[in-house]
Amino acid sequence: MDGTVQATLPPGELSFARKDAATLVVRISGNWHMRHGLPSAAALLNELTAQPRPQKIAFDTSALGQWDSGLLAFLTGVSEVCRQNQVSPDLAGLPDGARKLLELAEAVPEKTGARAEVAQTSFVTSVGAATLSFWEGFSEFLTFFGEVTIAFGKLFEGKARFRRVDLMVLIQDCGANAFGIITLLSFLVGTILAFMGAVQLQQFGAAIYIADMVGIAMTHDMGAMMTAIIMAGRTGAAFAAQLGTMKVTQEIDALVTMGISPMEFLVLPRVIALCLMIPLLCLYSDFMGILGGGFVSATMMGIAPGVYMRETMHAVTMTSVIGGLVKSIVYGVIIAVAGCLRGFQCGNSSSAVGDAATQAVVTGIVYIVVACGIFAFLFNILGI
Amino acid sequence: MPTSVKSPAPPTGIANAHITVRNLTMAFGSYVVMRNLNFVVRHGDIFIIMGGSGCGKSTLLRHLLGLIEPAQGEIFYENANFTQADPAVRTEILRKTGVLYQGGALWSSMTLAENIGLPLGEFTDLSPAEIRDIASLKLALVGLKGFEDYYPSQISGGMQKRAGLARAMALDPEILFFDEPSAGLDPISSRLLDDLILELRDNLGATVVVVTHELASIFAIGNNSVFLDTQTRTMTASGDPKELLKHSPNPEVHAFLTRGGNNAENPARSHG
Repeated sequence: MDGTVQATLPPGELSFARKDAATLVVRISGNWHMRHGLPSAAALLNELTAQPRPQKIAFDTSALGQWDSGLLAFLTGVSEVCRQNQVSPDLAGLPDGARKLLELAEAVPEKTGARAEVAQTSFVTSVGAATLSFWEGFSEFLTFFGEVTIAFGKLFEGKARFRRVDLMVLIQDCGANAFGIITLLSFLVGTILAFMGAVQLQQFGAAIYIADMVGIAMTHDMGAMMTAIIMAGRTGAAFAAQLGTMKVTQEIDALVTMGISPMEFLVLPRVIALCLMIPLLCLYSDFMGILGGGFVSATMMGIAPGVYMRETMHAVTMTSVIGGLVKSIVYGVIIAVAGCLRGFQCGNSSSAVGDAATQAVVTGIVYIVVACGIFAFLFNILGI
Repeated sequence: MPTSVKSPAPPTGIANAHITVRNLTMAFGSYVVMRNLNFVVRHGDIFIIMGGSGCGKSTLLRHLLGLIEPAQGEIFYENANFTQADPAVRTEILRKTGVLYQGGALWSSMTLAENIGLPLGEFTDLSPAEIRDIASLKLALVGLKGFEDYYPSQISGGMQKRAGLARAMALDPEILFFDEPSAGLDPISSRLLDDLILELRDNLGATVVVVTHELASIFAIGNNSVFLDTQTRTMTASGDPKELLKHSPNPEVHAFLTRGGNNAENPARSHG
């Protein structure tokens, strides 16, 4: 066909005519490109139900210009409508290529029951399912924690094995490399605490008690909490992504079939590294927070650094510092276990690795907050 | 074999049986992948697990390795019941196997020498220097001499596959499993890998189990096989693939081995 003629042809058009009473002629004309939008096969339905009812369908494509998959999609729709109405289409009028592709598309019958069903669930059902899956997740977490504990038992018997160099790399990664972000965020949290307290305390001339407030809040709770949340987002997600990728590339299978326990080889060094490093980071975070509070007190409220420091040392007890450190170790276990668990549960695709990392952070933070509540309750009973 | 596994010997009565699969049904939940698999891999076989895409070949391999538990049935290694064995015995059995995974599955945080050295360090009393020597030897065997200190991400896919093979051979296993060894390899590399498999069997006396659908490989190296049929969800043939090509009464098997029956040339003759 001549290019200039095609260019002048209108976009795809559909018209109907009767050759005789029993034969409906579908006239397809113009350029049928899917990017321009196409007439739908539904228009045919009206023609098919019109009296007298046609028994056959023929195609007239003498005015058809260029065509692509759009025409085929239309034709498969037509042949579906024909099947439903027990009308036989006569494909002879179609271009050769279109006819062959159409036959190819219909060569294999549709697999029944394979299409995605849109499940309709009520609100109550989804709440119930979510609750059940939360408990299921919790029991998975506990089971995994149990397995980690058994692996630790083996470690103390001297049977568990992992590479020392892996442990060193992990310690560097979740210790030294996290210093920058912990410094920044803890300092800021200290300043925020001091600001918020200052407004209230200044009203009755008790500004010096800012030191008490910041010191106790940081050592007792905020230091451990901030460290844990930063590490959950930083290290927990990294653990899940590393192990998830190893799952996808079958590296974990390779360990298992080699007779090397992934629990000992991969999980133990991660738990150990995080539990060794997180109390140090927590202590550092306490210090940075107090420094932040001191900075605000000195610059905004004119409290001399020396005075602030003396007041802090007076207010902060060893018990609350140690309490904070104990909490941080528990948070560390939670982060490492949640990260490794989600990594092991990862599916076999790249999006599954992303999900695993997200899940690790969500699980980690939820359980950290729950643990924090339990600690508050326990410390209250114990009078700490 | 450990004597601690008290179970009846596999009832097939085939002498020389290395792996015996009895009434194996593989399923994910209620979805049955394959049922009633019964076959025997003999010592020194190059055993092909073949079938169309998605029929469960790799799943069968994962069952043989204990990575998935069977829904029904049992797997024996020599006379030991692998399916019912406790984890320690399983590890003992698996230690005598080597696996080449589809993508190589090298541990990406370790160099090639460390990858091969890890099982040696775990399960032998060799010194680090000796481990290094053996790792170099294994790499040389697969044509990767001098690549000891490369990380898996620094070498090509075909080289990763060969390095994976070197790792699978690290402990001189009695059984080598290959999951789609020629996938992603050019025809010549794939042919070289076939030759390597044959030499390993001949010189190390290993039993080889290969999952593949490459006809050229099947006829070049296989001397025993099982055909998994997607439609009937069970095995429809077993035996030497060259014999199956000539005599199999099953049209599906024949169609598979002749690329749908349109190939006038006999593929058995076209390769080795």
